[in-house]
Order: sequence, then C-alpha cells, then structure tokens
Amino acid sequence: MFKKITKSLAVLLLIVVIGIFVSLIIMSWPAIEKFGIGFIWGSSWNPVTENFGALTAILGTIITSFVAIVIAVPLSFCIAVFLTQIAPKKVSAVFSQVIELMAAVPSIIYGMWGLFVFAPIMAQYVQPFLINTFQNVPVLNFIFGGFPMGIGVFTAGVILAMMIIPLISSVIRDVVNTSPAVLKEASYSTGSTRFEYVFKVLLPYCKNGILGAVILGLGRALGETMAVTFVIGNSHGFFKGLFMPGTTISATIANEFTEALGKIYPAALIELGLVLFVITFIVLCISRYLLKKRSDA
Amino acid sequence: MNTMAKNKRVRRKTIDYIFTVLCFISLLIGVIALSSIIITLFVKGINAVNFRLFFENLPPLGQVGGLKNAILGSLIITGVAIIFSAPIGILIATYLTEFPSKGKFGAVIRFINDILLSAPSIIIGLFVYSVIVTVTGHFSAMAGMVALGLIAVPMIVRTSEDVMKVIPSNLREAAVALGVSRWKVTMFVIYRAAKSGLITGVILALARIAGETAPLLFTVLNNQFPSSDIFKPMANLPVVMFQYALSPYKNSQELAWAAALIITVTILTLNILTRLVFSRKRKIN
Repeated sequence: MFKKITKSLAVLLLIVVIGIFVSLIIMSWPAIEKFGIGFIWGSSWNPVTENFGALTAILGTIITSFVAIVIAVPLSFCIAVFLTQIAPKKVSAVFSQVIELMAAVPSIIYGMWGLFVFAPIMAQYVQPFLINTFQNVPVLNFIFGGFPMGIGVFTAGVILAMMIIPLISSVIRDVVNTSPAVLKEASYSTGSTRFEYVFKVLLPYCKNGILGAVILGLGRALGETMAVTFVIGNSHGFFKGLFMPGTTISATIANEFTEALGKIYPAALIELGLVLFVITFIVLCISRYLLKKRSDA
Repeated sequence: MNTMAKNKRVRRKTIDYIFTVLCFISLLIGVIALSSIIITLFVKGINAVNFRLFFENLPPLGQVGGLKNAILGSLIITGVAIIFSAPIGILIATYLTEFPSKGKFGAVIRFINDILLSAPSIIIGLFVYSVIVTVTGHFSAMAGMVALGLIAVPMIVRTSEDVMKVIPSNLREAAVALGVSRWKVTMFVIYRAAKSGLITGVILALARIAGETAPLLFTVLNNQFPSSDIFKPMANLPVVMFQYALSPYKNSQELAWAAALIITVTILTLNILTRLVFSRKRKIN
C-alpha cells in the first residue's frame, strides 16, 4: 500500500512533465498551424499583422547566455580554485557559503538591482570605455557598438553571469574535490607551481566535469526570466550591437503574455515557451551526459 | 646558463603569483556584488519601512500605502504550496530510495525530475496558465500555488533522495528483521534518521519559491484588495515588485524596494539559519 502511494506519486510526476509538453503544444497549436516550422527562423514579430517568428528572440537568448558564460566561467573557475586550493579551510568554508548565498537571492532582485544600480554604472563608466577602446577596430566596433545607455544585451549578460557564478563554481568545486589527492601530491613533488598544477594536471583531469558544470550554468542562463526582463530593454529586431536593447524568449513572454490579445498572439508566445523548453531539455541532456561520463570514469 | 634558469624560475613564480591574485579578485567580485545588492536593498527599501507598511493595504500605483495584503498573500500562497509539495516530494524520494525497482523506472523518474528541475520557471507558469487559468477562466491564487508547488517538488525530491540514500542499509535491515512493516520502517526509522536533511531540503525549497516571480505573473496576477479567496487573484510580494518597480512613481518604487527588502531578508535568513543548524548537526555525528 505504502509502496503503491509513493509509486503513484512518481507516476504523477511523469504525467506532469509529459503534460507540460503536451499542453504547450495544444496551446500553441494555432501558431504552429499558421507558421509551421518556419516559425523558428522567421524574423518578424508583429502583433498588429499577427506575423510572428522566433528568430530574434532565440538569437537574443543565445547571445545573452553566451555573454554570461564568457564572463562567468573564468570567474567561477578562479573562485573554485581559490576556495579549494588557496584559501585556508576556515576561510574557504565561510566564503563557500557566501557565494552560495548569491544563488539564494531571487532573480527579480538581481533585475531591480541591475536596472537601478548596475545599469547607471555601465552607462557612465564601462560602456563609454569599451566603445572608445574598440571604435577603430573592425568587427569589434560593431559588437561593442551602440549608445551607452546602461540597459541592453550586454548588461543582461553580465547580470546573468552573476546569477550563474554560484552554480558553476559550486559544481566545479565538487568536481575538483573528488579528484584524487595523488594528482596534487605528484605534481607538487615534481616541483610544479600551483598555476602549473591547476592548468596542466587538474584542468585536463576534470575536463568533462567542468564542461558539465558550464553547460548546467548555460541551461540556467537560457531560461532566466525576471533579471533579464528588467535590463534588456525588450526590443525585437536583429542584433545591433551588445549595448543596444534586445530581447530573449523568456523576457518576451514575461513582458507580452498578459497583454496578448487574439488567438495567434498568445499561441505564438506559448510556442516560444515550447522552443525554450526544448532548448533547455537538450542542454540538460548534454550536461547530464558529461557529468555522468565523469563519474563512470 | 645559470641566469637563464633563474629567469625561467622567476617567470614561473610570477605567473603563479598573478594567478593567485586573479583567483582572489574573482572571489572578491562575487562578494562585492552580493554586498552591493544587500546594501542597495537596505538603502532604498528602508525608506518605506514604517508602521504603514505592515498595516495598510496596497495603494493604487502612485499613491501612498502599505503591503499588508501582499505580505499575507505571499505567506498564504507559498505556505500552501510548500505544505503540499513537501510530503509529495519526500514520498517520491522515498519511492526512489526505499523501493528501488528492478527495471529502469527509477532512472526514468530521476531523469523526469531533472527535467522539471531545470525547466525555466516561466514555462511552469505557462503550463499552469494552460491547464488551470484557461479552464477556470480567471487568474487565481490556487493556480499560483500549483505553479510554486511544481517548482518546489523536484527540488525536494532531489535533496530528500540525497539524504535518504546515505542512510546505512543495516538500519533498514535491522528493522525489517524485527518484523516491522515497510511503511513503519520508513516512517519511524528512515525519516527519523534523515530528519535534519529532509527539513533542510524543504526549507531551502521554501526559500527558493518565496521569491519566484515569473510563474506568478500569469497565474495569480495581482489584486489591490485584500482577499483570502484562493480561487480569486491575490496580492503577493513578487508581482508587486515587478509592477511597482517598473512604474514611474516614486511612491510605488519605494514600496517595491520595501517588498524586495522583506523578501530577500527572509530568504537569506532562512538560508543562513538552516546552514548553521545543519552544519552543527553534521559536526556532532
């Protein structure tokens, strides 16, 4: 009897996840029917003519997450190295908790902080500096282009980076902590410095685990909603430089869903959600595969 | 030859030194970001923390008022969500650890749980909107409770499974050998042994859903008026933060910061307390 109760709840969990998938398909059916597979690479987003395509939102999601990963991975790795290799045990114990508290702060708080505190700093110092530095370099002057107005794709990426640092660094810390002590003893005894040990021994050994951690962080960044909604500026259209406003899948849904009228508009937003669900599902599979491969080895 | 070797040694040492400093700076960046957020919350939120905040209801945008109904609403919504999701999550974890199946079913459930855990919370919001809000025809606190519950359950399953997994199996064997039935073993031996871990998992899940905003936007929405009817929209802190922070009125923005301060202090306190209690327990064992 008891076993049956627990089992039926487990089955319920299975039904819910399948239900999420099915209900998203049903609810977005008007849009799927109208736009077909072309929805994914359609680049217009026009509620007036009811012509919707996901491309700009998908690209925005990928670009912000990419910025987040580029910033967060080296920082998380260095934090993990500091906490596991450099800091004394007591210091490490305290600061591990501090970094993990960063993960406890709700994402809307990051959004509010980003909009009211961080964006002005970006507009005043960081963006003018980057624009001036790269203004004569081809390609880079396009990427770091736009007006220093604080909000935009780059700011969203930085905020996302701060939100995923605790996750990535704590998984890397676990991976590093489970690596055999012999590695460390052997490389120090052959006279390598800490830098050499970390980059020539530890990093190759923990490669898969660290990659798994990074992908896990990527998955979190792709789906993050509230923080991005506050700082990205919500503007559809093609990428015009990192400092210009943009949008992501989740920000589009959060901003427009309650105002979406008609039949096609909400369906298109739900189809965006479906696309996001599929993307995060694929990312999850990759990270699980990498982290599992590591524990098997 | 000698100087070359010396140069190389100096270079290696310098690189190592720079790397050490970089690692320290990385940690510093994280600590500064967190402290900046907390300081901002206090500086901007403390203005609105007064007698009125806890005893007056939400004002219309731009006017003066308090957060009483939003605080109550958040307590009701997250409270009910966690009361339902805690036993469900723990029972699913029980199935995974206490009744390991011969086939792949357990692995499938673990995978499904991971999918739910990694699903963006806004997707959960859309799902609940689809199956509850469109069916009942209006936004309701109940829909928000279901959405938050769906976020809490996979977290609780994961943490509970982790604690129950490491309980030595001779405890189970000893109890079963005495002729105790399986559900009693679980209730009185396993849960008791895993108690502090299970509670930690539930409290951390509570802390997580307390600040979730995205899934509430399409489910509970907001309600300026006090209401305890769970089938109607209900005021709640996260949606107040979203709507009032993005409004152009200074009064409303201050209320949003006050809401942010209340939520964050609550969540961080829950986190710090459970960590302190939990780590002390671990030391004793």
